[in-house]
Amino acid sequence: MTEMNAVVAAAQETAGPIETDAVIIGAGPCGLFAVFELGLLDIKAHVVDILDRPGGQCAELYPEKPIYDVPALPVVTGQELTERLMEQIKPFAPIFHFSERIDSLRREGDGRFRLMTDAGTEFIAKVVIVAAGGGSFTPKRPPLNGIEDYEGKSVFYSVRKIESMRGKDIVIVGGGDSALDWTLNLAPVAKSLTLIHRRDEFRAAPHSVEKMRRMVEEATVRLMIGQVTALEGANGQLTAVDVKTASGTERIACSAMLPFFGLTMKLGPVADWGLNLHENLIVVDTERFETNEHGIFAIGDINSYPGKLKLILSGFHEAALMAQAAHKIVYPDKKLLFQYTTSSSSLQKKLGVK
Amino acid sequence: MTKITFIQPDGESQTVEAENGLTVMEAAKLNDIPGIEAECGGACACATCHVYVDEGWRDKVGKASDMEEDMLDFAFDVREGSRLSCQIKISDALDGLVVRVPAKQF
Repeated sequence: MTEMNAVVAAAQETAGPIETDAVIIGAGPCGLFAVFELGLLDIKAHVVDILDRPGGQCAELYPEKPIYDVPALPVVTGQELTERLMEQIKPFAPIFHFSERIDSLRREGDGRFRLMTDAGTEFIAKVVIVAAGGGSFTPKRPPLNGIEDYEGKSVFYSVRKIESMRGKDIVIVGGGDSALDWTLNLAPVAKSLTLIHRRDEFRAAPHSVEKMRRMVEEATVRLMIGQVTALEGANGQLTAVDVKTASGTERIACSAMLPFFGLTMKLGPVADWGLNLHENLIVVDTERFETNEHGIFAIGDINSYPGKLKLILSGFHEAALMAQAAHKIVYPDKKLLFQYTTSSSSLQKKLGVK
Repeated sequence: MTKITFIQPDGESQTVEAENGLTVMEAAKLNDIPGIEAECGGACACATCHVYVDEGWRDKVGKASDMEEDMLDFAFDVREGSRLSCQIKISDALDGLVVRVPAKQF
């Protein structure tokens, strides 16, 4: 990704909250373009995304797939579109906070908003733009009966501390990089480690697969080709899993399971902020794309209004109108003069082309 | 128009007529077939349009591509005949195709 890192600042370790004009939730195409539209109106933005890079669905679901309906780009991949947007918004120097999710949002006495991420980063913002697409990407939960009871106690979708897995009989399920990386990392501390995958082919990086195969030869890892069909245990503590293989069902004793079946999109904490929802989408007006909470806007796939189309180009339009309304809140005393980037010297100065 | 039959886990079946060139997933969505979610909209990026192609049809439908096989890793209870219905293009050759909807999509 060319020059992508130039505008990416690491999450700040500050004592107090970060004060800013706008917090944009979601670094997908609409969130990125919102930086541009707000930037033209002198509104500075911080962008928070649960993924570790910009692009949203374009990055996570279809980086290589061509998109044919972005105006003036007859064909563009999700990755290219993301790169171009990053280039376009560079003059406005947005600050990104990746791998973080906004968990709480409430209004302060002075009308501004206080937001907090799951990593403890805190913001005070005059306006909030929810551009969260289909919601936040969360690990897929295998549809196994009763799995909810074990989650966080003996079924984990991520591991924060390798030490917490010491001495356990671990089952890892999956064939991608997460499954293989954790197999390699946890095998040295585990009492036993079984990797279960539905086929003897792996999507993960070849060198990880090679390392894993060596561990299987040395018998530090057991590889099973099959699928987990049932969980056994009590009070959140797993004791065994049933694995369906080509030769029948086998029960594997284990005290921890790590399933890696990719990510899915869930609305997440957005649902708890008192915003009016319609079928899990945020209801907005079509003049300002503002929610029922003055100062909180929603653009892109996550909003709902009569005639809504979930298209990137619709999200771009929504970002432009949202910015006009946000300006009234951020600069209540300033009159906004409508200008074109083609002719306005002040806009061109902001864009760094003059 | 090409006929496609979807059989639910409880045995209930529904036969729909679909235009050639569409995918089996699109035919399912157009006819509100339960159990086909297609979260990603047909980009071969989610595995929530998983179906089992009936035994007699597997040769005609063909095998999954490498990309589809990778994505099938994310499906539940993958069996012989497992395909992502967004990757099966409807043509005259598939007239009468029978697919089974799995008990669960992820």
